[in-house]
Amino acid sequence: MIGLSHFLIVSAALFSLGIMAVFARKNAVNVLMGVELILNSANLNLVAFSRFSAHNLDGQIFVIFIIVVAAAEAAVGLAIILSMYRIIKSVNLDRADTLKG
Amino acid sequence: MNPQILWDLKKLYPELILTAAILCVVVGDLAFPKIRKQVTFLIATLGLLSAFAASIFLFAEPQGSTFFGVLAVDPMAAFFKCFLILTSFLILLAAPKSQEFSRSHMGEFYALLLAATLGMMLLASSIDMLMLYISLEMVSIASYIMVGYLKNDRQSNEASLKYLLFGTIATGTMLYGFTIIYGLTGTTKVAVFRNILTASPAAGQNTLILLVATVFVLAGFGFKTAAVPFHFWCPDVYTGAPTPVTAFLSVGPKAAGFAILIRFFFTGFSNVAGVDHWTTLSFVSWQHLVVVISIITMTLGNIAALRQDNIKRMLAYSSIAHAGYILMGIVVLTVQGLQSVLVYLITYLFMNLGAFLIVIEIYNRTGSFDLKDYRGLYRRSPFLTIAMSVFMLSLMGIPPFAGFFGKLYVFGAAVNRDLAWFAVVGALNSVVAVYYYARVIKTMIIEANEDTSRICIPWSSHLMIWFLLLPTVGMMLFWGLIQQLAVTSTKLFPG
Repeated sequence: MIGLSHFLIVSAALFSLGIMAVFARKNAVNVLMGVELILNSANLNLVAFSRFSAHNLDGQIFVIFIIVVAAAEAAVGLAIILSMYRIIKSVNLDRADTLKG
Repeated sequence: MNPQILWDLKKLYPELILTAAILCVVVGDLAFPKIRKQVTFLIATLGLLSAFAASIFLFAEPQGSTFFGVLAVDPMAAFFKCFLILTSFLILLAAPKSQEFSRSHMGEFYALLLAATLGMMLLASSIDMLMLYISLEMVSIASYIMVGYLKNDRQSNEASLKYLLFGTIATGTMLYGFTIIYGLTGTTKVAVFRNILTASPAAGQNTLILLVATVFVLAGFGFKTAAVPFHFWCPDVYTGAPTPVTAFLSVGPKAAGFAILIRFFFTGFSNVAGVDHWTTLSFVSWQHLVVVISIITMTLGNIAALRQDNIKRMLAYSSIAHAGYILMGIVVLTVQGLQSVLVYLITYLFMNLGAFLIVIEIYNRTGSFDLKDYRGLYRRSPFLTIAMSVFMLSLMGIPPFAGFFGKLYVFGAAVNRDLAWFAVVGALNSVVAVYYYARVIKTMIIEANEDTSRICIPWSSHLMIWFLLLPTVGMMLFWGLIQQLAVTSTKLFPG
C-alpha cells in the first residue's frame, strides 16, 4: 500500500534533484528546469498532505496557484534568457560575468 | 454574491485603486500614442496619490482580517501600505529623469512599478501562506522585468537573469518550507497553525522538521530583505539594474520583506507573553537563527563595502548592512523593537533614496557610476555635494541627521532586552561603515578633477532632492510625530 511517506520520499528526491540541477548546470534553460522541479516537489508534497494528513482541500487549491505562478515565472525567465541570447549569442551562465567584485 | 465579500472590499480600497491604475496605464499607453509618456505618468501619479490617501484611512479601521482570514487589517499593514506607496511615488518621479531610460518606452515601466507596489502592499498584510506566496511572486516577477528593462544593455540583462535565478530558487525553497508546515498542521493560515503548534504536544516531537521548515521559509524572506546568506544577487543586481530600479529595490521590496518577516514570525512562530513582548514557540528557536543572520549580515555588508569603487555596488553592500541593523530590531521580540524597525525604515527611506537620486543626477552628466568621477564634485556642483554628504553622514548614523535616531532606537531596543552585547556589535559595525561613507565625501570635496565644468540640474530634481533632504536633516524636530506614528503602527493583528 502506497502511503504518505512514499510521496514524501519522491518529493524530497525531486527537491534535491532540482537544487542539484540549479547549482551544477551551466545552461540557463536547464537551471530553469531545475527550478520547475523544486516547485513541483512542493506541489507533490501539498497534494499528498492534503490527501493523507490534513484531510482538507487547502493544499490542492494551493497547487493550482503554484502551477499558474510557475508558468508566469517560466515565461518571464525564458524571455530574459532569450534576450541574453540576442545580446551575447549564448545561454551559458559562465558567459554572464560582466558584473563582479 | 456573498455580502461578506462586499463588506470586505471596503478595506481594500488602496489595492483596488492601484489595480484600476495599472489597467488604465496599460490602456492609456496604447490609446494615446502621441502623448503616451505624459498620459501614463499622469495616471500612475494619480493612482499612487489616491491609493496613499485611501491607505491613511485604514489606520482608523478596527483590527481584523478580510477575505476569510487571508489579509490582515491592522495599523501595521496601513503603515507599510503608506510607506511602500510613498517609495514607489518617489521612484515614479525619479525614473523619467534618468538618462538610462532616455530611449526606453516608459508606459510599461510605470505599469510594472505599480504592479510591484500592489504586490508589496498585499505582501505586507497577508496572513495566509497562499496569499503570501502569490504576492511575493507578484513583487518578484515585476522586479525581474524592471531590472532587465534595458533590453539591449548587457549588464541590465545579466542582472535580471541573476535576480530571476536566485529569486526562483529562494521562493521555491520557501514554498517547500510552507508545505512542511501545512503537512504538520493541516492549515495554511499563519495564526491557526500557531495555535495548533502551541496546543498539540505531538508538535513538540517534530522539532527538527519544524526547524528545517523555518530555515527554508527564511530563505524566501532573506532573499527579499537581502540578508546573508541569501544576498548573493544583491550587489550584481544593484549594479546592473537601471538606477531608479536599484533605488526601488533597496527600499521597497526590502521593507515589504521585513513586513512579512515580522508578520509571519510574530503571528506564526511566537506567543504573546505580555503587553510589550513575545516569546518564540519553545521548540522553534527562530530568534537565535535570526540573531546569527543579523550579525553576519551587517558585518559582511560593511566589510565588503569597504573595497568598492562603483558607487552603486557600494550602496548595495551598504543596504545589506542596513538590513542587518533592521533585523536586530526584529529579534528582540518587543514592541519597542518593532517601533525601532519602523523608525529605522522611515529614516532609511529618505536617506537612501536621496543618495540614489544624486547618483542618478551625476550619472546624467558624467555617464559613470565610478567613484573616481566624483572627484572635485564640490567645485562642479556645491549643492549636490552638500546634499550627498548629508545623506552619507545620515547613513553613517552621525547626529543630528535622521539615520542616527534610527540606529539609536534599534540599539536601545536591544539594550532594553538585556542584549547589550548585540548593540555593541551593531555599534562596532557602524564604526566600520564610517570609512566607506566618508570616502565618498572625501572624494567629492578634497580630491581634484581636471574637468571643472559646472553641473546644473533641472528645478524638478532640485525640488525632489530638497524633499528628501529636509526630513533627513530635520527629522528630530518632528520626533514626537514619528514616535507617535511608530507607536500606533506596531499593533499587529494576532489572528
